[in-house]
Amino acid sequence: MLRILGKIQRIGIVTEPLPKIDEPALEEVGAQIKAKIGEMFSGSLAIRQVDAGSCNGCELEIHALNNPYYGIERFGVHFVASPRHADMLLVTGPVSRHMEAALRRTYDATPEPKLVIAVGECGANGGEFGVSYASCGAVSNVIPVDAVIRGCPPTPLDLMRGILQAVGELPALK
Amino acid sequence: MTADWLTAFLGRLTTREIQAQEEPAAGLAPAHLLTVQADDWGQFAHEAKNWDCRWVAAWGEDSGDDLIANACFEKDGTYLVARTHVKRATPILPSHTPYFLAADRPERHMQDMFGIAFMDHPDPRRWTRHRAWKESEYPLRKNFPAAGNPLAQTPPNDNYRFLFAHGSGVYEIPVGPVHAGIIEPGHFRFQAVGETVLNLEERLGYVHKGIEKIAEGRDAKGLARLAGRVSGDSTVAHAWAACMAMEKAAGIEVPPRALALRAIMAERERVANHLGDIGAICNDVSFAFAFYQFGRLREVWQRVSRETFGHRFMMDRIVPGGVLSDLDDQASGSMQKQMVSLKKELDGLYNIIDDLPSLEDRLDTTGHLSPETAKAFGALGYVGRASGIPYDVRKDAPYAPYDRLSVEVPVFQDGDVAARVKVRAEEILASFKLIETLIEYLPPGSVRADWKPAPAGAEGLGFTEGFRGEILAYVRFGENGQIARYFPRDTSWLTWPTLEKLIRDNIVPDFPVCNKSVNGSYSGHDL
Ligand code: SF4
Repeated sequence: MLRILGKIQRIGIVTEPLPKIDEPALEEVGAQIKAKIGEMFSGSLAIRQVDAGSCNGCELEIHALNNPYYGIERFGVHFVASPRHADMLLVTGPVSRHMEAALRRTYDATPEPKLVIAVGECGANGGEFGVSYASCGAVSNVIPVDAVIRGCPPTPLDLMRGILQAVGELPALK
Repeated sequence: MTADWLTAFLGRLTTREIQAQEEPAAGLAPAHLLTVQADDWGQFAHEAKNWDCRWVAAWGEDSGDDLIANACFEKDGTYLVARTHVKRATPILPSHTPYFLAADRPERHMQDMFGIAFMDHPDPRRWTRHRAWKESEYPLRKNFPAAGNPLAQTPPNDNYRFLFAHGSGVYEIPVGPVHAGIIEPGHFRFQAVGETVLNLEERLGYVHKGIEKIAEGRDAKGLARLAGRVSGDSTVAHAWAACMAMEKAAGIEVPPRALALRAIMAERERVANHLGDIGAICNDVSFAFAFYQFGRLREVWQRVSRETFGHRFMMDRIVPGGVLSDLDDQASGSMQKQMVSLKKELDGLYNIIDDLPSLEDRLDTTGHLSPETAKAFGALGYVGRASGIPYDVRKDAPYAPYDRLSVEVPVFQDGDVAARVKVRAEEILASFKLIETLIEYLPPGSVRADWKPAPAGAEGLGFTEGFRGEILAYVRFGENGQIARYFPRDTSWLTWPTLEKLIRDNIVPDFPVCNKSVNGSYSGHDL
């Protein structure tokens, strides 16, 4: 136990200060988002991630959002196990036809108001896989999509910006 | 040079009156090609089994007139491809499954994709095919268009006949395809009594996105990109295997510097995945400390990959003929520096993991896979190596640059989750040594040979050792340097079935950690 505590103390906090993106700086966007999440989602945004046919590259980077460097929870964003608990669906992959029904059902099981973000080149436009006998291509070919985060895979930072911006662009509640 | 066992094996086939003919196949070398009569297909497998061969893979091909079935075997590091032709009108073959358990799903995949029926296969159910295409349609036949004839909406896969268990107190737990985490989709059906798992049945194929079909008609570069997306976490290993196959088919000599750089990337990929998985395995038994520590190390590792190779996963860095970019002194210096500090950190973390009683309690004896079962399924990689199977392509059938390196392969006998963690922990340190040596002796010269398209009909076979284990890639070129057939076999085909076995008699709450310790790729398996 001492060794564990020692290690924790030596490493300290590695969470990075928010890097600058376009004006206003992410720091500022972060504050706005936090306020927005406070206002619209009672302080916490619950995301249900759905892999609808990805190569798993996108998932690995979404995982990274929870590593100590990005620590996305500090903005009140957390990942949940059920669509019924979710405010947002983060969907990856060219939607494989075998996942089509499951994706529709997940979408239907998510309570309104809900946001859908298509992730990666595959989610955006079918990517390397396109549309075929086995693949529906873009997520928007199957369910309505509110925002897209490009990249193959998008880096954790791209993902953070995308999620935060999608929330930031929501119309005010009142 | 023909391996000793092969000569004797061929003699044995002759005495058994099994017609098998060795054919020249330059692109498949060092693997040997045997053509076998369709009637003898099953007996051939029977003899291979008696000869203690390992069943590696099976894939089909549509040659126009006939359908072709291939099966690959290995013994003592020598690979053998057996090939047979069947008539389109009556595509029926004896099955290999009665002799090799590993052939079960691959043969069902072939049945779904080519319409080759395997008589005496013990399981007639479809596998890759759910309901995206009709029972009478076979996507990998040449007359099936890649666009297919999809319905406006694909119906759910709700008419699959799962196995049932009867008895008082037996209940069933269906899980997926959408799982309760950030993970790929698939379906698991448990039968349990109380907390104990009686049986697990996997139903995969949810992320089938037609990789084999959409490969057709691509050029070499396009195939390398696609191969890099067979399984995102193995992008380097799959792209390398596919490029190796194409280079052999085209007769292209890859410069030694490029080969060394490929190996550095492959080892970096192994380390990244093991770091992430060790943390995740600990997290599945609620040891969050390790999750955060290993997650942190994986992140800094990926950042250096990006600095040196331009991508956090090194996607699209391996191209036909070589690699995309060179490594300069500064980049190799920062890589070396990082390994020194990481090694120190890992020593500390391994010590913590090693003597934590609560971790030991959860990981030791959990998800036990006996050496016999592992062998019966042909398990490889960390799953096989934790159960006493040492096979590693880098060491046992070495390809350049590994043929000039000494590769340490950790092997354990316990076969439990703890052993699978130990293999990974040691493999990280072994990879550090390999990377250090590769950087030190990085050969001078160019990093890419000019690509020249292969002649129509040329075929090639590539093998690499991915972080999960052996990866195979088969390629045949058609007209104008376009791909006519691509088949990648991820290690997951061999390790997924072992999960069904090793979970038995464990408690349901231990499923996540058992699953993570195997970490099969869904995408690499479903294709
Ligand atoms: S966008 Fe790229 S990383 Fe993401 S699923 Fe598609 S191929 Fe994989």
